[in-house]
Amino acid sequence: MIPHPETRRVLTPFILPTVVLLPLLAGGLYFVWPLVPGGVQRVLISLVAVIAFAAGNAAYLVWLERKVCAHIQRRIGPKEVGPFGLIQPVVDGIKLMSKQLLIPKGVDKPLFMVAPLLVLVPAIMSFVTIPFSEDLVARNINVGLLMIFAFASVNVLGLLLGGWGSNNKYAVIAAARAVSQNVAYEIPMLITVITMVMVTHTLNLNEIVIQQDGSFWNWYLFRFSASPLMPVAFLIFFICSLAETNRAPFDLGEAESELVAGFHTEYSGMGFGVFFMGEYANIVIGSSLAVILFLGGWQSPVSFLADGFWWFLLKMYFLIFCVMWIRWTYPRTTLWGLLNLSWKVLIPLSLINLLLTSFMVKVWPLLMGAS
Amino acid sequence: MSDFALSQTKETFVLNLGPQHPATHGVLRVKLEMDGEYIVHAEPILGYIHRMHEKMGENRTWAQFMPNTARLDYLGALSYNHGYALAVERAASIEVPERAEYIRVITVELNRIASHLLWFGAYVLDLGGMTPIFYAFDDREQILNLLESVTGARLTFCYFRFGGVYNDIDDSFIAGSREFIKRLRKQMPDYHNLVTKNIIMIKRLKDIGPISPEMVRKYGATGPVMRGSGINYDVRKNEPYSVYPEFDFDIPVYDECDSMARYMVRMDEIEQSMRIIEQALDKLPEGPVMTEKVPKNLKPPKGDYYSAVEAARGVFGCRVVSDGTNTAYRLKLRSPTFSNLSLFGEACQGMLLADALAFMGSLDLVIPEIDR
Repeated sequence: MIPHPETRRVLTPFILPTVVLLPLLAGGLYFVWPLVPGGVQRVLISLVAVIAFAAGNAAYLVWLERKVCAHIQRRIGPKEVGPFGLIQPVVDGIKLMSKQLLIPKGVDKPLFMVAPLLVLVPAIMSFVTIPFSEDLVARNINVGLLMIFAFASVNVLGLLLGGWGSNNKYAVIAAARAVSQNVAYEIPMLITVITMVMVTHTLNLNEIVIQQDGSFWNWYLFRFSASPLMPVAFLIFFICSLAETNRAPFDLGEAESELVAGFHTEYSGMGFGVFFMGEYANIVIGSSLAVILFLGGWQSPVSFLADGFWWFLLKMYFLIFCVMWIRWTYPRTTLWGLLNLSWKVLIPLSLINLLLTSFMVKVWPLLMGAS
Repeated sequence: MSDFALSQTKETFVLNLGPQHPATHGVLRVKLEMDGEYIVHAEPILGYIHRMHEKMGENRTWAQFMPNTARLDYLGALSYNHGYALAVERAASIEVPERAEYIRVITVELNRIASHLLWFGAYVLDLGGMTPIFYAFDDREQILNLLESVTGARLTFCYFRFGGVYNDIDDSFIAGSREFIKRLRKQMPDYHNLVTKNIIMIKRLKDIGPISPEMVRKYGATGPVMRGSGINYDVRKNEPYSVYPEFDFDIPVYDECDSMARYMVRMDEIEQSMRIIEQALDKLPEGPVMTEKVPKNLKPPKGDYYSAVEAARGVFGCRVVSDGTNTAYRLKLRSPTFSNLSLFGEACQGMLLADALAFMGSLDLVIPEIDR
């Protein structure tokens, strides 16, 4: 098959790097690698693996999303490029990369350029502490949970700067929405996480998973001895992670029927692509955290099956599928509806859960001990 | 809510909603003066797709103008065919055979269902729910296939002639219509379960965009917009034309005056249209579908004639003034959406942007019909 001239024109700049530079790089690495100290080797491998995982997920979750939504909507979805359209994300990526990066007149250029990175980089950084299995973790940090939330709160800054720097009224409205939404949803989410930390006594994600060893009734989702409201806590966490990642039905920041494309209205090419990758990376992070905190991470649901990273991925992708399922089923809420849900329902519920858990964890054993 | 919006700060900005905006479904521009996300003042600006249909009517012969009527409201084109045909038939005193009248009713009602289905899908799309439009389009596609088989067109129909219709319907059309009604009857509960009873939908539509009956009268709004505000008026019942008096159907009226009421009116109208089609198919008489006495070069006698039909979006009125020649002296089209849109500016004051778009969608705007 002879590619279309346009396709050839687009692909030409990629030929030199792939044909010449990649082998050079690989050859160079082959000789240099043994000279690199072991610690640095590990860091480099982790770095590459984390970035590859995040980027690969972002690309293929788009494919999955298109397939899922197509089947929900009585369509087939991408099918032309490769079997089941599996090459589609690659082609999309090439398209996005070869597009002109348009910087409109009157934008605040530094903010405009840095905003997409502020969304993507913290999301990729968060992958560093995610334990896919007991050993498969880039860096096992004692304050992993804290680190992820620290990075997650940078995300909103990217949306705000992107909207603000765009010099577009729709983008500014969207940025303002995204900020109030993120502020409103970080509170119940963090209260739930604090509750979890009270139960787990640790911020180390590895240890949290190890504590849920055994069968599925040992998962924190069903740890009723710690708090009878554990499933509610999981729901709160899940809803909040939807809102944190600007996913439907809380996608007010990019409500396309109201605000054209929200905060990324003025972004083209990879500017938009990086925002998009950041969004999907954040979904992966949110789902992974839910799996680690509530669904037992890499632990198998029944004790006679072997534990392993496949369980982690299975649970994570199931949650991601749920996220997509929700997106293609529900209409969008309004900003008021969203804030009401957070301040009037989720925050009181998570506070009740916090009180109940602290009672169960701290006071109940004392009472039992005294009697 | 509106007090809060109008009293806070005096610092407002202008937001141009359109002419290229996904929620306006066409080249409508609304100039919004905003205070944060609240709308202080809204002004619809028209004219981006004006094609001078009324002037064209003065230069074309009577029959030549018929295709133009389908370019007004392209989603419910047959009603506009009907309105114009009725006006000219009244002017030239042309009788229409009974079978043709029945066929007109069947096709117009099918077209009304198609229009409401598309609106249903597009409205939920406006509210951020992207799936229902595909289901609605799937159903609408069946109607378009049926109509294509008799009219030869899928969207811009030119099916009606003075004195009848251009093509008789056959058994496959009748069987197909019955099958379609069966299919849609099965689908409607799904739509209600998935969309109408959805908590987010209800929250977004209830008490949003109230239009008082006074405002309806002030702006001359008609159709589902009027019937959603508790005014029971439908040309098919109140000033019956064609063979509508022979059918047993209800006019859905809701008193809530909000977007939900307008939504429910349209959903119920789909059911009523299905009832009409079923009865018409049962009673369909034999006979010709075209009067033979219509002259090729039509010259209605001097005079001023008006006729109105109930289109999918409200009352479509057609006034023709004839000076006895083969073209109209004056042609005035009263399009329902123009009046329905006019109240948008007043009604959406103090509303949130998201609510205003939910409200605008509930008016069911078709822009080429506003700019004729």
